[in-house]
Amino acid sequence: MLERIGVNSVDDLYTDVPQEVIFKGEYDLPEGMSEIELREWFDKLGARNRSLTVFGGQGAYDHYSPAVIPQLLSRSEFYTAYTPYQPEISQGTLQYIFEYQSMISELTGLEATNASMYDGATATAEAAFMMVASARKRNAVLLSATLAPRVAEVVRTYAKFHGVEIREIPEKDGVTDLEALASMVAAGDVAGVILPQPNKYGIIEDFTGVADIIHAQKALFAINADPSALAVLRSPAEWGADIACGDGQPLGMPLMFGGPYLGFMSCGKANLRKMPGRVVGATKDASGNRCFVLTLQAREQHIRREKATSNICSNQSLMALYATIYIALMGEKGLREVNLLSANGAHYLYNRLIETGKFTPAFDKPFLKEFTVRTDLDMAKINRRLADNGIMGGIELGNGLVSFAVTEKRTKDEIDRLITLMLED
Amino acid sequence: MANVLDDRRYAESHEWVKIDGDIATIGISDYAQHALGDIVYVDMPEVGDEMSAGDVFGAVESVKAASDLICPVSGEVVEINEELEDAPEKVNADAFNTWIIKVRISDASEYDALLDAAAYTELCENE
Amino acid sequence: MKNYDKLIFELSRPGRKGYQLPADKFDTDGFAAIPADLLRKEMPELPEVSELDVVRHYTNISNKNFGVDTGFYPLGSCTMKYNPKINEEISAMPQFAGLHPLQDAETAQGALEVYYNLQKALASLSGLAEFTLNPYAGAHGELTGLMVMRQYHASRGDHKRAKVIVPDTAHGTNPASAMVAGLEVVEVKSKPNGSIDIEDLKPLLDDTVAGIMMTNPNTVGMFETEILEIADLVHKAGGLLYYDGANLNPLLGKVRPGDMGFDIMHINLHKTFSTPHGGGGPGSGPVGVAEHLVEFLPNPRVRIADDGKFYVDADDRSLGSVSTFFGNFGVMLRAYAYILTLGRDNIVNVGPMATLNANYIKESLKDLYKLPIDGVCKHEFVFDGLADKSTGVTTLNVAKRLLDFGFHAPTIYFPLLFHESMMIEPTETESLETLDEFIDVMRKVAEEAKTNPDLLKQAPLTTIISHPDETSAAKNPILTYKALKEA
Repeated sequence: MLERIGVNSVDDLYTDVPQEVIFKGEYDLPEGMSEIELREWFDKLGARNRSLTVFGGQGAYDHYSPAVIPQLLSRSEFYTAYTPYQPEISQGTLQYIFEYQSMISELTGLEATNASMYDGATATAEAAFMMVASARKRNAVLLSATLAPRVAEVVRTYAKFHGVEIREIPEKDGVTDLEALASMVAAGDVAGVILPQPNKYGIIEDFTGVADIIHAQKALFAINADPSALAVLRSPAEWGADIACGDGQPLGMPLMFGGPYLGFMSCGKANLRKMPGRVVGATKDASGNRCFVLTLQAREQHIRREKATSNICSNQSLMALYATIYIALMGEKGLREVNLLSANGAHYLYNRLIETGKFTPAFDKPFLKEFTVRTDLDMAKINRRLADNGIMGGIELGNGLVSFAVTEKRTKDEIDRLITLMLED
Repeated sequence: MANVLDDRRYAESHEWVKIDGDIATIGISDYAQHALGDIVYVDMPEVGDEMSAGDVFGAVESVKAASDLICPVSGEVVEINEELEDAPEKVNADAFNTWIIKVRISDASEYDALLDAAAYTELCENE
Repeated sequence: MKNYDKLIFELSRPGRKGYQLPADKFDTDGFAAIPADLLRKEMPELPEVSELDVVRHYTNISNKNFGVDTGFYPLGSCTMKYNPKINEEISAMPQFAGLHPLQDAETAQGALEVYYNLQKALASLSGLAEFTLNPYAGAHGELTGLMVMRQYHASRGDHKRAKVIVPDTAHGTNPASAMVAGLEVVEVKSKPNGSIDIEDLKPLLDDTVAGIMMTNPNTVGMFETEILEIADLVHKAGGLLYYDGANLNPLLGKVRPGDMGFDIMHINLHKTFSTPHGGGGPGSGPVGVAEHLVEFLPNPRVRIADDGKFYVDADDRSLGSVSTFFGNFGVMLRAYAYILTLGRDNIVNVGPMATLNANYIKESLKDLYKLPIDGVCKHEFVFDGLADKSTGVTTLNVAKRLLDFGFHAPTIYFPLLFHESMMIEPTETESLETLDEFIDVMRKVAEEAKTNPDLLKQAPLTTIISHPDETSAAKNPILTYKALKEA
């Protein structure tokens, strides 16, 4: 090989590099490991984690994940492929993305869905930018105070640098203060409003009349939603929203210490060309066969450069396949059942907590799998005790508020044990 | 070689402008449509939008390219060609008879400063 | 094999199901308290299919895909190296996969140690002080890195610096990331050989410049030999140097971006550190910074206490947050396993072997393909189409013909420097036999261009679809099954 290249050594391939930047030291790494040693290394690391019975949510939910999914995802035709830029040899990827778009559009009720984004928080930030891009000269976006704080923090970070002004709509009794919303959206410079469903307390908010108020001011309406819950809850389209976004994790995705999950985004036809991210469309090939291609690419960064609507140039493709297979297996009935079992368990836990007298309702509002209660108990201490017993307890939201989540995986025995352990001492 | 008509003026960014009273009708040149290839979408402003000369008023997109539309004159958008929403290919078929927007101009001298057909032809030949 | 062409929706039969859930054990109706107004009226139309339907369907459509495990993927700038299987096994370990991102740090010490050790390893390999692993992808890393840049200038009260210099040959993501970060893009010209023109750069460097974004090797695969001078000029002007890690692979084990004067960089774990591309993601785009920028990295941070315990921290000098939790942790596990497998003794071979493979292909084909920039390249190089332009065969024709021979196409029509760009990057994981096979096919295609140009213009001829109508797809977008049924 060296002879064909016309050099004497591999080092000669680096003679154009200034000598002073050639690294001559030693990297701060262990020596190479065999598979046996590597497994041992990770077994040791893994042993320093504790697998817990999860009663926390706040953006990551311990839903059941069917055995089929990891089996199919491990087909390397899927996971070792690049972005489907060559449609002739990427129909597998393009087709599942098309199916994914179709399914998410069914859940949100909106006509168009992109191929997925990084996570729910970044998708929400992109939704804010999309609203500003659509509105042209308006530059403010309203966020409800009931939006999950981790999502709001990412939106604020993106907005701060991009030059978009974020204003917070206050909350009232655990939900968005709709009177405040009405007056704030009339400021004249508001491009859009982002509201959560369910919200950070787990409460299902009532958006009756909200779309009309927002649209009367020529602003756009986005809902950050839990896609699993959308199998049951009134859809963003039914609320009159223009954009839906959120995190795909509740679609049975492993908790995986926070990722990979996916961010989804749907919108109506009117805003399609302003939607960021990849999109797959159906078409025909030269022989008239149905096939799928990346489309609407003229919006994207590799063509528009600094005029693109976003810098995103990938999606969470394999996680989109995850969501697709999950939704295919569950169907509408399965998703409904997941919601019902979770809500039944959550209400059972809620009632048990209130019965103890140590917890009081924080708000009197409807919820599905996640809810918030108030307590004077030392939750940090209780959670340490729970962890010692293999349980992740409720998540403290501050001011004596504690958030619990119950999925279909939690049994009555587990809940009873949680209650017993919490009340010890 | 693409066609250039001498009944109108041209911007360096390849838009054509035709004047009728205080209304400027704006489209893109035959040269521009040819360079872009099959046009799949024309992004247009809203009626009532105020434009300054040099403002981006929309974009034309083909499958693998996009080009901003630059307003060569200042004024208010009074009409957009709604036909293009469903039939963007008309720009390819007949660029000079397919207008995109009409603007009520606020400064007639801006029109006079645009390229005439000869100057525009030269520009295209040098690109 | 018969072409399987169904959509999952088309397999749907009323009443069929593919899941099993336990029977309800609670005497509570969780939906009872939800007002009807808050419930859906129109039900989503989702497939009703059995488990076997699902398994056959996705197995069949997987056969319509090409991956690194299928064949050689010489896709320039994408670093399609082999994805070792042990890494997949490790990322699926339940001791990691079952961890909730908000569970107490005390109960996730192993995961936090993976995060901490991986960022330390990347810092050592790149000559920078510290990394955040939170960004989800390369473009996300770019955005995060530019936010660090802006936060740094803002912290010094230097608010004038709102421009970022980007080479005119840069990938579109660079200017797009700058736009999202609220920076104005100023292009610096490249010389005909693709490297930055220092004389063009000098006058751009004033007190409104936040920094410069570069790759090295640059977009055409050549090392920027004047990098130290560029770094010096940018630093003297008060700007920072951003290293786009897209082209890091040839330097891995040989040259560290920090030593070249870069202050901020991102790494694509899915390129240089062998994690799978997943058909477009999930990737991971860690961002590393020099010592003076560490405080600006995004939250959450993973730190180590004096007693050796790992903890999660938030710094109020930070730029904010760019992710809900810790980023794509599953991808980090794979990259960490890759680094540990190679270790300090073998990782030094990665860059040199990638460079060797690229130069071998280049030298073996440059008589038949036009090599606009001669000389030793790094991990990739660019041909400007076939050397013989008389046949009318384009780069697109060659790329599509390669599909017929079981190879993925190179990156085509990028960089924009040449009309017929064809960018080839073999990576270090391919054997000499594979490279020779690819070279033979490329020579055969060049021969076909002379003897049968019409054949090439119709290629690909053996794939399951050919010449999809992209114009009608973009003109009348059909993006869902519902729209397809109505079309």
